[in-house]
This record gives sequence, structure tokens and C-alpha cells, in this order.
Amino acid sequence: MTDSPINGVAEQVARGTPQPLATRFRGLSDRAIAWIFISPTIVLLLAINIFPLIWTVYLSFTNYRANRPGRPIEWVGTRNYERLLGSEDIWGYLQATAHFVCWTMALQVLLGLGLALLINRNFKGAGFWTTVILIPMMLSPAVVGVFWTYLYQPQTGIFSYILNLFGDFGPIDMIGSVGLAPWSIIIVDTWMWTPYIMLLCLAGLRSIPEYLYEAAEIDRANALQKFWHITLPRVLPFLMLAVLFRGIENFKMFDMVVELTSGGPGSTTELASINLKREAFESWRTGYSSAFAVILFVTVFGLGNIYVKALNRVKQ
Amino acid sequence: MSAKSTAHSVVEASSGGKWLAGGLVVVYALVTMIPLVWIFLTGFKSPPDSISYPPKVFFEPSMEGYVNLFTTRTRQTSEYIESLGPPETWYDEIVRKRNMVIAGPSKFADRYLNSIVIGFGSTFLAVFLGTLAAYGFSRFKVPLKDDLLFFILSTRMMPPIAVAIPIYLMYRTLGLSDTALGMILLYTAVNISLAVWLLKGFIDEIPREYEEAAVVDGYSRLQAFWKVVLPQARTGIAATAIFCLIFAWNEYAFVLLLTSGEAQTAPPYIPLIIGEGGLDWPAVAAGTTLFLLPIVFFTVVLRNQLLRGITFGAVRK
Repeated sequence: MTDSPINGVAEQVARGTPQPLATRFRGLSDRAIAWIFISPTIVLLLAINIFPLIWTVYLSFTNYRANRPGRPIEWVGTRNYERLLGSEDIWGYLQATAHFVCWTMALQVLLGLGLALLINRNFKGAGFWTTVILIPMMLSPAVVGVFWTYLYQPQTGIFSYILNLFGDFGPIDMIGSVGLAPWSIIIVDTWMWTPYIMLLCLAGLRSIPEYLYEAAEIDRANALQKFWHITLPRVLPFLMLAVLFRGIENFKMFDMVVELTSGGPGSTTELASINLKREAFESWRTGYSSAFAVILFVTVFGLGNIYVKALNRVKQ
Repeated sequence: MSAKSTAHSVVEASSGGKWLAGGLVVVYALVTMIPLVWIFLTGFKSPPDSISYPPKVFFEPSMEGYVNLFTTRTRQTSEYIESLGPPETWYDEIVRKRNMVIAGPSKFADRYLNSIVIGFGSTFLAVFLGTLAAYGFSRFKVPLKDDLLFFILSTRMMPPIAVAIPIYLMYRTLGLSDTALGMILLYTAVNISLAVWLLKGFIDEIPREYEEAAVVDGYSRLQAFWKVVLPQARTGIAATAIFCLIFAWNEYAFVLLLTSGEAQTAPPYIPLIIGEGGLDWPAVAAGTTLFLLPIVFFTVVLRNQLLRGITFGAVRK
């Protein structure tokens, strides 16, 4: 992130030369260019990211309802927050979200790291098969959710059919049964995103210098010791980074799950974002759902920051 | 798994180890491809074949799914259909077998076109503005630079639904709801954080000496940017553009909440393709295939840029 030494030298040289005179006559100053280049981005982000965020915070203290624009907006103080934190349903949704995030991360780390270690052996055709493995993560999560409902059909779906080749389970109703529905979304997310974890692990593996293993060989380290003392510590920062990004994304998960189970059966797969959408755009409790949005944002931000601290400790 | 994966030899892996590793990876790849291959095949099944038990691997291919995807049909009596005379086209023939008559085109083509317009429009804007901003952050002393960069990045942490509430209200006031322009601006704003971040990294890698030399040769800053920096940053810009395009193409939450008809893209349309007694699975599969195909194509053709973008973007953060 910091300038390389070469750039530093160049900067000093550049500063040493009497440039302002030359540039002044040839159009815009550097300062003007910098602001012209940067300000559109800042304006766009202020208008479409920051302004709405501030508005959400404001709405969370009111009883505003978006489907009744004419009604006067009343300031209700922290009532929305009190209601939210006192509601048992909210804890249920957060629990469903935590279950989803923890299991998807655990499965994807195991599979992704395993695959990366295998691909790193550079067998013939590794590049081609890596590309094939990548395809699911590029697809539209909502459309993936739609077609997995077809694959999950208990009678006619291929998922149940294939599992029944390995044993006599009868029709497996992944989406409709309370016990299996949370796993149906975990399976699809793992199918989609294991390649991402794998890719970052692969980047980590490729960054390990060969001489470390040569030194370990001289010290007569066995394979397990090499993995434990060289491979794992070097890959861990990459792996943790991948988990951070996917963890945040899965905490916000909406599109794939809403198409696959739409929160059901009952509310077994009603993740936080799905409930947020229900409250905001079906019940039209705009103030209340804004408060929920703020709580979710603060949670992601807080957990993210704690995690980054842990990550920095690992890196050292 | 641990026993296999720990065997990391100093030189290359043994040939037996390679075979085993290769075999396991190929098995994984083939298993992950089953869903996609199955959906592709389902697009060519007739509706009864698509819901047969047990699922049919071998079937008589039919274009009914694709015909149903692009048309709306009405049920008619067989006397009426006979009175129309022989079918004029192959798709009329397919539809009439089910006692139906084509009433007109469906909205799928419009939605697909919206996906293209909004996808490419927002990608162009995000990459254009992102390149400018990235160059500004990379080369000039900007006050509060690190804070601004962090702020730009942190905007990606917000759940889309949380931002959707005020944007919904804002767009309603400004008349941007359900317009392509509104969606293009929104996707640009979402993508630009990643674009600036990736592109700054790519531009940082281009030595400053090139520009300094160009300035000494009599170029202005802008000319140096245009003629020296941009050509050097080409692959980085391409990698960034692919990411922006994939995001805009795949996005669902915003388009579901902020559009209702005119500016809606394809993803919310696909699950609404109803046939007789539930979803028309062959048509859904056909729509899915047509929608996913460009992305699969991109992934295979541009894999090197994609890989560079994914690992580079993450590792820098």
C-alpha cells in the first residue's frame, strides 16, 4: 500500500524539478486534476451510499411508514430499538443467520483448503479443472436459488434421486422439512462459494517460498510437521481474509435464500435480511425496519473489526 | 484428507500423488457440474418429462421450453385450432400440440435487454469514474486519503436491503423508481468502491517515471494520463470491468425492490414463469440457461483476468 522505494525517489525528483511553471501554462494544475478526478466518485457515494445511511438512522427513530407518505412523521425516540431488542423473534432470525454463517464457513474452509492443496500439486490439466470449479461462484445467486428448488424437488428432483442411489432414503424433502431446510441453503451456498475460498488458499500456497520446505527437509521434518509449521501459518492469513469476505456476504445473505426457501418452512430459514425485507416492504414498518437495519449494520461492522484485529495478529 | 494434503514434497509431488490429487479434483469438478448440466438438459425437455419420476436422463429433446419462455399462450378448443388451418411455423406447431395458441411475445426478451443495458451502462460508468478516482488517489496528495479510501471500501459492508429502504424513498421522490437510469446509477455506486480499490492497486504498479518522462517530453498531465497510464492499466481495467459486469448482471435484491416493470432485469422474472399447475420448469431452465451462459462463457474465456482480480483485490485489502 505504501509507495515503493522507486516511487519515493521519483516523487522526490519530481518535487525537485520546477514543474508548476510548466503545468500552469499547459492546462490544469495537478491539484485541480486530482479533485476533478476524485469528486464524481465521492459525490456518487455520498448521494447513494452515505445519505441513505444517515436517512436510515433518522427513520429508525420515527414511526414512518413508506406506504402512507401523507401521514406526519412522529419522533418516537428509542422505542423501535427497545421493541427490537425485546423481541424473541429477532433472536430467532439472528440465530438462523449465525447457524448459516458458521456452517457455510466451516464446510467451505475444509473443502476449499483441501481442494487448494490438491490443485497445488500441479497435475496435468489443473488449470482447466480449476476453471470448471470456479463456474458456480460467478452465477447469479437468485437464479441459482430458483433452479435448486427444481433440483431439490422431493419426488422428481435429481438431488433426492442421486442420494437414493446410495441408500434407501425415500423422497428427501430438503426445502419442505423443518429439519432439512437450514441445510438446504448451506449446501447450495457451499456449492457456490467453496471455489472462492479455494482460490485465496491457492494464492497463499503459491506465495510460500520453496526454500522453506528445503530447509525443513534438511531438518528431517515429516509431512505433518511441514504442514503444521510452514504451510498452515503461511496460508492462514489468506484463508482468514476469504472467511471475512464470505462471512460478511453470508451475514447479509438475501437473494439465494429468498428464492430457494423464502424463509420457510415457518421461519426456519428466515435470515436477518429476509426478515428485514418482510418488515420493510411487506409490512411497511419503515421506522422499525430501519432500526433493524442499523442494528445489523453495527453488528457486521463490529464483528468485522474484531475479526480484522485477530487477522492482523495472525499476520505478524 | 489431512494425510493426503500434508504430503508437500520439496521438489514436485510424486507421480502417484499427482494422479490421486488430479483424480479427486476432477471428481469434485464433475459433481459440482451436475446441477448446471441438469438445468441445461431440462431446458430441452417437454413439461411432462421435466417432472417425471424417476428423473429422466435420456429423453426426446423438445424446444417447448424455449418457445414457452419467449411467448405467452392461450388455451383454445381443438375445433378453434383446427379452423386456423395448418401451423405456419415450427413453434406454432409445438404450441398447438398442447391445444394452445401463441398470443404474443413474453416479457423475457425485454428483461434480458434491460439486463444488458443496465449491466453494461453501470459497468462503463463505474470503470470510467473508478479509473479517474484511482488515478487521483494513486498519484496525487489528497487530504485525508486513507480515510477516504477506507470510507469508500466500508460502503460495501451494508446489507443491500438496509440501503434499499431510503433509496426506495429517494427514488420515489426523484422519479427514478423503475427507470434504467436509476438502476445504472445505483449499480455504479455499489461497484465503484471495488473498482477504485482494484484500479488503485493496478495503477500503483505502473512506475511513475513513465509519466514523468512524458511530461518532460512536453505532455500535459492529462495527456500523460491518457497516452501513458491508460494503455498500461489496460488489463487491470479489463479485470475490474468483468467484476462490475458480473455484479450488475447477477444483482437481485435492489432490482426486486426498486423496479416493477419497465426497468426490471431478468433475475426476478425467471421464477415467475408459470406453466400449468406450477412453474413451467423447462421454460425456467431455458431462461436460466440463456441467462447464465454469457457468464460461463466469460469465466472460461477471461479466467486469467478473473483470477488476477479475485486474488489481487482480496490480498490487497
